[in-house]
Amino acid sequence: MFSAKSLRPAEDIGQSVADEPVAAPRAFWFLGGIAAVAWLTDAAVTGWLPDIDDFDRTGLLAWVMAGIGAILAAIAVLGSLVPKNVAERARYSGPWLLLLSGVFLAWELTTAKFTVLPRPFFASPQAMLEVFTDDYPRLGLSVAHSLRLLAGGYVIGAMAGFAAGVAIGWSRAVGYWAHPALRLLGPLPATAWLPLAFFAFPGSYSASTFLVALATGFPVTVLTWSGVAGVNKAYYDVARTMGASQRFLVLKVAIPAAMPSVFVGLFMGLGASFSVLVVAEMMGVKAGLGWYLQWAQGWAAYANMYSALLVMALMCTGLITLLFRARDKLLAWQKGLVQW
Amino acid sequence: MVSTAARFVEPAPPGSALDVLNVSHAFALDGKTLPVLDRVSFRMEAGELVALLGPSGCGKSTLLRLVAGLEPPSTGTLLVDGQRIAGPHPSRVVMFQDPTLYPWRTVRANVSLGLEARGLLRAQGGRVDEALRLVGLTNFETAYPHQLSGGMAQRVSLARALVNDPTLLLLDEPLGKLDSMTRITMQGELVSLWQRAGFSALLVTHDVEEALFMANRVIVLSDRPAAIKADIAVDLPYPRHRGDPRIAELRREVLGLLGLDANW
Repeated sequence: MFSAKSLRPAEDIGQSVADEPVAAPRAFWFLGGIAAVAWLTDAAVTGWLPDIDDFDRTGLLAWVMAGIGAILAAIAVLGSLVPKNVAERARYSGPWLLLLSGVFLAWELTTAKFTVLPRPFFASPQAMLEVFTDDYPRLGLSVAHSLRLLAGGYVIGAMAGFAAGVAIGWSRAVGYWAHPALRLLGPLPATAWLPLAFFAFPGSYSASTFLVALATGFPVTVLTWSGVAGVNKAYYDVARTMGASQRFLVLKVAIPAAMPSVFVGLFMGLGASFSVLVVAEMMGVKAGLGWYLQWAQGWAAYANMYSALLVMALMCTGLITLLFRARDKLLAWQKGLVQW
Repeated sequence: MVSTAARFVEPAPPGSALDVLNVSHAFALDGKTLPVLDRVSFRMEAGELVALLGPSGCGKSTLLRLVAGLEPPSTGTLLVDGQRIAGPHPSRVVMFQDPTLYPWRTVRANVSLGLEARGLLRAQGGRVDEALRLVGLTNFETAYPHQLSGGMAQRVSLARALVNDPTLLLLDEPLGKLDSMTRITMQGELVSLWQRAGFSALLVTHDVEEALFMANRVIVLSDRPAAIKADIAVDLPYPRHRGDPRIAELRREVLGLLGLDANW
């Protein structure tokens, strides 16, 4: 008779995470209290100590710091009234928030208050804040331009790379002709094509799209190919004995089996596309974050440059997070944590 | 496992007869040819359960691949119900030693594979439920393969084969990697399934007891290249008992043929 005995009990799977002992919320969150005091100190120093020069956003910065301090103080004192997940997140971030208050204090003192670090190369916190409050239209437009160029090139490159990888992995004839070309031209950095691309394409936008697609396409091709070539041959035998067509073998066996490898390629392609994007925007395209960086440097607007770097970092990490979310969703069968 | 349904699918498919006529086969290995089958000939009647028994690596699994149509034989002919085997066909489905379930598909989607491949899933999806019920996995249809024990995975593999309504089920050491207790249970399950469903079955195994417990005929093969050493009828009714003196007698005879009777 069949019984569930031969199955690993469901409780064995993924239990450890859920049952991890969580510290019972105490009446007063001590670390939070210290962090609150530290941020309020930052606010006081920023607001009351005179600046070395005219900064427009010193007041706003002080208020932001005071706001952080006030929120921390509220969570520290009234922890039991705050939603549980918010309180837990705050507790987890506590040490980081404390460290950051120290960093901001040191930064504020060494730039805006006493100019220990040479101007204009080192921007003050309020100068960077000013970029976000005053230059956000240009910064936002740059992000939009970068995203448009990146998305266009990445999607084209990923799709072309995926199709090429499947074709090379599946067909011996395609592999014969594509392999040497791929081997010779693939490792060439996409940026090396830059002069040729700007000359061969009608505009800098299409040229840059091509370069981003090229940078994405190579890793996606190679890893899709290796994924398809590495599929367990027994999977094909199983499907063939059940009357599967060639089309079924490609679409329903080879491609799903290769997906873990394809995602490694998509991840590597995304990284490569960032670097090509920035170079293309610095060299030819008159828009985007790469262009903004170049422009800011030309005007010695260092605060703008640092702000653009920060925005770029957030954009890149956000896109990679998005890719990983998609992977976790599509490859849930692989993780070994699926519950039913 | 078989208490739930008194029948498999209606109408119950009649078993196929198999003729293996003078089949030899060889592999190319490092520029040399490696003969694996040497003029093998036998006939299997419709509805029989025949065991191919031989030492490890003797070529019995290769013979099964030829019957499945996954490879053509070097020389010789294979006929199913008088028709030459030219390629794979869902009526001759294989259950392999490894479950070879697709890890990205749930249990249900794995069992649906054959119907999906032939575009029959929409029309005949009910057969999936039937097959799952038959192997006792109705409650696990949304599980992924990595969540199953070895025995359960092999049952899914069995359901995946049965959903195709095989007339000749090819069993390639299907219980070889299971623990001995699960193996004993599943031997009984396979026999009762075969008795009720009416298909023919060709079982490749290197387990003498398994062959004698399950099959009505045991074909003993020699070392590579495999040739038929003996064709033994197991004249015992089902259900059989492992301690039956007749089984002990036959086991001694078969082990003798395999040169392993010294310790028995």
